[in-house]
Formats: sequence, C-alpha cells, structure tokens
Amino acid sequence: MSGILVVAETRRGELRDVSLELVSAAAQIKGGTGESVAVAVIGADASTFAADLAVAGVDEILTVSVPSEQFDSLVWRHALESLIESEKPSLVLLGHTIDSLGFAGAVAARGSHGFASDVTAISWDGDLRASRGAYGDKLTADLKFPDKVCTLLTVRPGTFPVALPSGDAAMRTISVDLDGASQIEHVEFLEAATGDVDITKADFLLSIGRAVEDESEIERFEELAETFGATLSVSRPLVDAGWVSSDRQVGQSGKTVKPRVYLAFGISGAVQHLEGMRSADTIIAVNTDPEAPIFGVAHYGVIADVFEVADELEQQLG
Amino acid sequence: MKIIVPVKIVAALDEEFELTDDSHEVDPDFIEWDLNEWDTFALESALQLREEFEEGEVIVVTVGDDESDEGLLGCLAKGADRAVRVWDEALEGADVLAVARTLAAVVETEAPDLILCGAQSSDSVTGSTGPALAGFLGLPCVAVVTQLQWDAANRTATAHRELEGGLVEVLRVHTPAVLTIQTGINEPRYATLRAIKQARDKPLQTVALGDVGLSSAEVQSVVGSQQVALTTPYRGSGAEILGGSPAEAAERIVEIVQERMSG
Repeated sequence: MSGILVVAETRRGELRDVSLELVSAAAQIKGGTGESVAVAVIGADASTFAADLAVAGVDEILTVSVPSEQFDSLVWRHALESLIESEKPSLVLLGHTIDSLGFAGAVAARGSHGFASDVTAISWDGDLRASRGAYGDKLTADLKFPDKVCTLLTVRPGTFPVALPSGDAAMRTISVDLDGASQIEHVEFLEAATGDVDITKADFLLSIGRAVEDESEIERFEELAETFGATLSVSRPLVDAGWVSSDRQVGQSGKTVKPRVYLAFGISGAVQHLEGMRSADTIIAVNTDPEAPIFGVAHYGVIADVFEVADELEQQLG
Repeated sequence: MKIIVPVKIVAALDEEFELTDDSHEVDPDFIEWDLNEWDTFALESALQLREEFEEGEVIVVTVGDDESDEGLLGCLAKGADRAVRVWDEALEGADVLAVARTLAAVVETEAPDLILCGAQSSDSVTGSTGPALAGFLGLPCVAVVTQLQWDAANRTATAHRELEGGLVEVLRVHTPAVLTIQTGINEPRYATLRAIKQARDKPLQTVALGDVGLSSAEVQSVVGSQQVALTTPYRGSGAEILGGSPAEAAERIVEIVQERMSG
C-alpha cells in the first residue's frame, strides 16, 4: 500500500467543489489507515490551484502540467496512467462528474485496476470496501476489490463535506509523457440557456416529472403553479421530450435550486435530479411508487396518482 | 461505413421484490427486462447517420444470456442491420470492466468507423461501459453527448458534451472513437408492425467468448469489483407520509406550503 491519490477537477480556471469533497473523503480514510494523501491537479494552469488544495490532511500536491487549455479526456487518461505508474497509489479518488466519466473507466480498464463509479461510501481497514447504488438506486451494492494493487473510485458529488483550506502541503511538479498528439480538439463552450424565468431565484417551485406523460398536461400544471403562487420547474424527461425549455430544468445538467418549498409531482428522483434540489428547505413529493428514491430526501411524501392530487389542489385553491 | 452500438438489456425491479438467500442478488422472479433507455438514443443516432450517408451498416452488440434476444430483435426491428450477442457462463454477474472487455473483443473483429453507446444504463448507472471500452480499444472517448455531426470522409466527429449546470462543450474528435449518447439527443423511432415481423429474418448471431478470441481467465483478470451484498439504502428518517385520500393529502400540502411560505 502506498497512499491515496486524489484527482482534483478544474474548469475554466476554477477549482470545482468536488475536488475538496474528495480531499475530505481521503482525509477520513487516512484517519483509519495512516496512508499518505496526495492531490493531483492536471492542466495547463495546474500550478495556480496548488494553494487552494493545501488543506489539512493533504501531504503533497502534485501539479501535472499538460499542453491542453481545456479538459481533454485522452490527455487526462494518459496523465492519470502516468501518475499511477510513478506514484503507485493503492487508491485513486475522482469525482463522479462528466469530465471523470470520460477517462476514469478507460484508465481502470487499461490498467486492470479495481474500479467502481458513483460511490457513496468508502471504508478501508485492512480491506477496501465501497458502496454504490444498484437497480437505479433502489438498493445499495457493497463491493470489495480482491487482489487489486490499485483501485479507482469515482465518488458521487455531495457525499463528503467540502474541506476548508488550512494546511501547507509540499508541492511537486510531475511531468508526463503524453504519447503523441491528442485526437480531441476543444472548439468552444456554449453557456446554459437562459429564458424568461430564473428558477434558482424562486422561493416556491412546483416541479413536474416523467409521470406527466402527455404534453397536453403541461399547461394544467403551469396554471396550478400560478394559482398556488409557485414557479414551474421540471425534471429532465420533459426537457428531452421538447415540452419544456431547458432553463426550467432542475438537476445536474440543469439548475441547482434551493427554494423554501419544493413540491415535486411524478419525479422519481434519479441521482442527477436529487443533486439539483436536495438542499431545498422543505421538499414535498407526490409519486405512485413508494420505493421512489425521492422519498429518501423529501420531508413529506404522498403516495398517490399525481393527477388525482392535482385535481384536489385545483379545487381547494380555485 | 460501419457503426457499432453496444446495448444492454436492463433490469427493472417490481414494486415488491426479494433478494436471493445469500443477499448477493435480487431474485430474478421480481425483475422485468427491457432495452436500456439511453441505448435507444444511441441506436437512433446510428440509424440517422446511416440514413444521412445513404450507406453503411449498424450493428448492435450485447453481453447477455438468451433473455436479451427480445431486446436485440427490437433493435433489428427499428432498423439495425444485424445483432451480435456474446454469452458465456463465465460472464454471469460480470461487472462493467468485464462487459467492456468482452465488447472490445467484438469491436476488434468488426473494425467499425464509429462506436455509439448509451451514456449510462438505468440499472447499474456506472456511466463507464463506453469509456472502459474506449480504454481497452485505445480509442478516444467523449462522454455524455447531446449533439453529433460526423464527417466520415475526414474521420472527424463534432460533438456537444453536456457538462454540469447546463454548460455545453463543443469539441471535435478523430474517429473511430467511442461516444456515449445522452437522452434527448433525438427522438427514438418506434418499429412498425411489419418491421417487427421482418426483424426475425435479420442476422442475430450468438457467440461464445472463445469465438471472439477471449478466455474466461482474461475476462476474470479485468473484473474491477466484486459484489459482497445488496442492502436497502439508509434514507435518513425518510419522508413523513401524508396518508388519507387525495383530498386529505392535498389539504395537508396546502397547509404545509402556506406555513413554510409565511414563516
């Protein structure tokens, strides 16, 4: 065993929060094992993040300078392979993010490493164990990684607290052999769509999801929201179907909201959706499936048909 | 022009289900099987590219036992030209890396120009089969694609990659490459009744690991994790369930909202 390697994530010159969550996770595991913790940051501007990553519990910060101005899954793949070869970590922690998705599985595959994605719990006392969702998060699978010298885990964002900068870790620059030119070229970023409504500013969101099976039902929920004094928001399937514009979407690829009340109709609560609304002050969920993951984060639940409950609300408010 | 679309027949749990006696798995009697939703979008992208180029072949590949045949027939009915199913007892309970290694062996024998996977499966949600496949093949990978154009002659695809918070990255990638396709990129077609009947006449090839040049030991060596147990997740104190009739529930909702909004 030779330590824990955290792979930090940056985008457009900013350190992403998940990086400091991974540091917390590593510090927690370190407490039980005494393993060293190194944090690697990859990028053309890697060294500019070193100070932000100097957090209590971090022993060393590794800056890996690569020519790519923006994230490039192929360059990151080679950089991480090179880091694993030189640092020989027992455990590599990455965020379960869109960027990591592009290369973590590839590195695990090529190195025959232990691997699990979207991990929600880690323990390491002698043997490494991790937990992740199964069957669409209805169950939890406990995993082990027998005979693996190195294991990569991508950790679900929001699982661990953000570590606060405080320590003064040593810094080391790592050079990696990138094995020729990349085959990916960044063209541009397109900003998120903006519409006439900013759902992140609303105090009360009435949010609808997949159970609203018909486009003709949208108008009715718009009216119900208006009568109730709420702003209408939606989960991904309604945007995918083209029924509602993406500026109303709550979730990982949409907006993160924190209203006083979040009233969800027919949203089962895929992890990407929960990520966008779990910190609302009060969450009320209406769903026919008592096992729907949204009931795990909701404060109040109604197990019923969304249209029947909507009928009643219309009558009582109307 | 050849496009491979790896697909998965996913498990959905019945509302009430039981685990096997050792709690390692769900009792199969309580599972319904269906083609993974994300894969329907990947298949549609492949079919649209074939239509745009007016030539080429779309091949769906899966790792699974004969329960998967119905799902593959569904893909053939929608327009895939042929299907390959790899199965071997050694693949029972295979993890994401073992599946990707097996898919890689099929892809190597087919030498496609493009590989389109679903961005994730609805049951395991690893999001990593496509990226791991790209790793085994030594190909570039673009994960979570919401728009795709392909200049096949110049071997370049232009893709939109969906990032957190609604940000989109536009990038160009040299093909062959593995792209993982997000829902909403297109409108997956339905198969006509006639096409469903005709699908049975299309090639659905069943192969064993040995047929694609793999041994069970090779697959075993890449397995990334081993499942020890399945448990019901701890969900904090959970939601307080507002019982009674829909009318009573609605009444309570109004009360709670009014109280919270006035506070």
